Amino acid sequence: MSGTLQLALRSLANRRTTVLLTLAAIAVSVSLLLGVQKLRSAAREGFTSTVSGVDLIVGARSGPLNLLLYSVFRVGDATANVSWDSYQRVANHRDVAWTIPISLGDSHRGFRVLGTTDAYFQHYRVAGGRALAIHEGKWFGETHDVVLGADVAEELRYTSGQQIVIAHGAADVSFTQHDDQPFRVVGILERTGTPVDRTVHISLDAIAALHDEAAPTGITAFMVGMRERTALLTMQRALNQYRNEPLLAIIPGVALKQLWDLVAIADRALMIVAAFVVFAGLLGMLTTILVSLNERRREMAILRSVGAAPRHIFTLMVAEAGILASAGVLAGIAITYALLAAARPMLVARFGIFVPLGGLTVPDGIMLAGIVGAALAMGLLPAWRAYRNTLADGLTIRI
Amino acid sequence: MPLAAIDLEHVKFSWPGAPTLLEIERLKVERGERVFLRGPSGSGKSTLLGLIGGVLAPSAGSVRVLDQPLHDMSAAQRDRFRGEHVGFVFQMFNLVPYLSVRENVLLALRFAPARAARIPHPERSAEAGRLLAAMGLADPALLDRPVTQLSIGQQQRVAAARALLGGPELLVADEPTSALDHDAREAFLQLLMRECAAHGTTLLFVSHDPTLGALFDRELRLDELNTAT
Repeated sequence: MSGTLQLALRSLANRRTTVLLTLAAIAVSVSLLLGVQKLRSAAREGFTSTVSGVDLIVGARSGPLNLLLYSVFRVGDATANVSWDSYQRVANHRDVAWTIPISLGDSHRGFRVLGTTDAYFQHYRVAGGRALAIHEGKWFGETHDVVLGADVAEELRYTSGQQIVIAHGAADVSFTQHDDQPFRVVGILERTGTPVDRTVHISLDAIAALHDEAAPTGITAFMVGMRERTALLTMQRALNQYRNEPLLAIIPGVALKQLWDLVAIADRALMIVAAFVVFAGLLGMLTTILVSLNERRREMAILRSVGAAPRHIFTLMVAEAGILASAGVLAGIAITYALLAAARPMLVARFGIFVPLGGLTVPDGIMLAGIVGAALAMGLLPAWRAYRNTLADGLTIRI
Repeated sequence: MPLAAIDLEHVKFSWPGAPTLLEIERLKVERGERVFLRGPSGSGKSTLLGLIGGVLAPSAGSVRVLDQPLHDMSAAQRDRFRGEHVGFVFQMFNLVPYLSVRENVLLALRFAPARAARIPHPERSAEAGRLLAAMGLADPALLDRPVTQLSIGQQQRVAAARALLGGPELLVADEPTSALDHDAREAFLQLLMRECAAHGTTLLFVSHDPTLGALFDRELRLDELNTAT
């Protein structure tokens, strides 16, 4: 067996050019598949941990995805507000540990403005339970203080102390500028890889002041942290059946999962495309081996004359397919990790996707073993043809 | 009773549903004999060599090689037997193109463990070199050269060295000289005969060239032996 493997290696080494090209095709296709797999799991990881540590998100009654989108992802708008009275009743409930009020509706040069309180900075958690941290300056204290997300500061090149003007409405160009009330940047947050980076944070009082109110009369939504998680479902039901106004309470983890399932259609399609590319790579390998068969009939007759049985010839051909695919998969893994290592800083900075460089996961391993298995199965075809040839040729060397 | 190297009795061969290709009443070669078998094309030469090499099994009759009944063996047993006891040299293209000269000679031992066991591992390469030198390829630099760089005459000598490595009892040479010019033919034949004599190897030499017959102990005509044609 080891002798046959050695022969297979030598025969492959002899056909270096075609073998290397075949190997490259397999390696590239495998790294595509593995890369997509790694990125999608990292993206899912990043996506589902966009917000954590929050037990409930409460807003005016619409749809769970809509509420999630505007409260967490700053996409879309609320259809109605939550009254200040209702918010206060929940905030003061004995089962509730803390609440984070959220008031949306204004913008600054295309970035959403979020009115909130200190509770946001204290309790809001992103990926893996990470708290928000100040990169520069401090959290807001005065009414007209502003704290910027990392992207906002970077893209607009703002630093602490800068004066800015908030616009009414979410559009990039707004006709109503609250330019009678200039704000001052007091802090910039650390990058989180979440929509927080693209948010301009001000206090709730500032929102009220912008709209010429003495105190807040309503907010867009709020997040709730429970004292006891056992009371969570009871609280959710109570809020959803709240009589004074139509409210909707969602559990962020569940809603994020629903949203991801929606997005996942695209990444599943990408996965299928990558799988087909691997299949094409293996077909290329099959072609290479099949084409070589005829010119190798001589070699088979020689091996037969020194005592090789047809099963040895069969093993030799399957071994060649196995070696090609295994080497291709290994090279593919190397390419994937090299590319990921190189692209990692960019992926975190530009897309907020943190790709862990850890080893292959069990599903990765199964997938790669499946590729080698498929190659071996495909190798059976040329092996069978060679086997038939050797039986027909015997010791006669056909040219 | 003197031991026979090859003994065919009442042998018939045909592919299933096809006419008989070969029918030989008796063909016997003694051990140590050097026999010239004249076989013009179409005389059933490939079939006969296939039977002796154990690649084919007779449809009827008995094929004994070195007193072993090939007709009673399985295909795998016959493959093993061929590797262990018979060396082959063909007309041309005897060598595996992706192996070096040395590796091509050592190929004789790869599928024949008993034959390999006769030469201790560290001495195999030296033995290959010795046989090559005996065949007139003494240059040690040649050993690691790719076989594709050799002339046809050199290739045939490498093939002969391989067929002789590990001392097989029977050497079958099928038109080994027909691709060579006259001088090379003489030289090759003499080296081959000398080595066979030195090791007591039985030589079955197949050719359609009648001028070579005089060099052998005995001459047989396949077209007369084979009553199927």
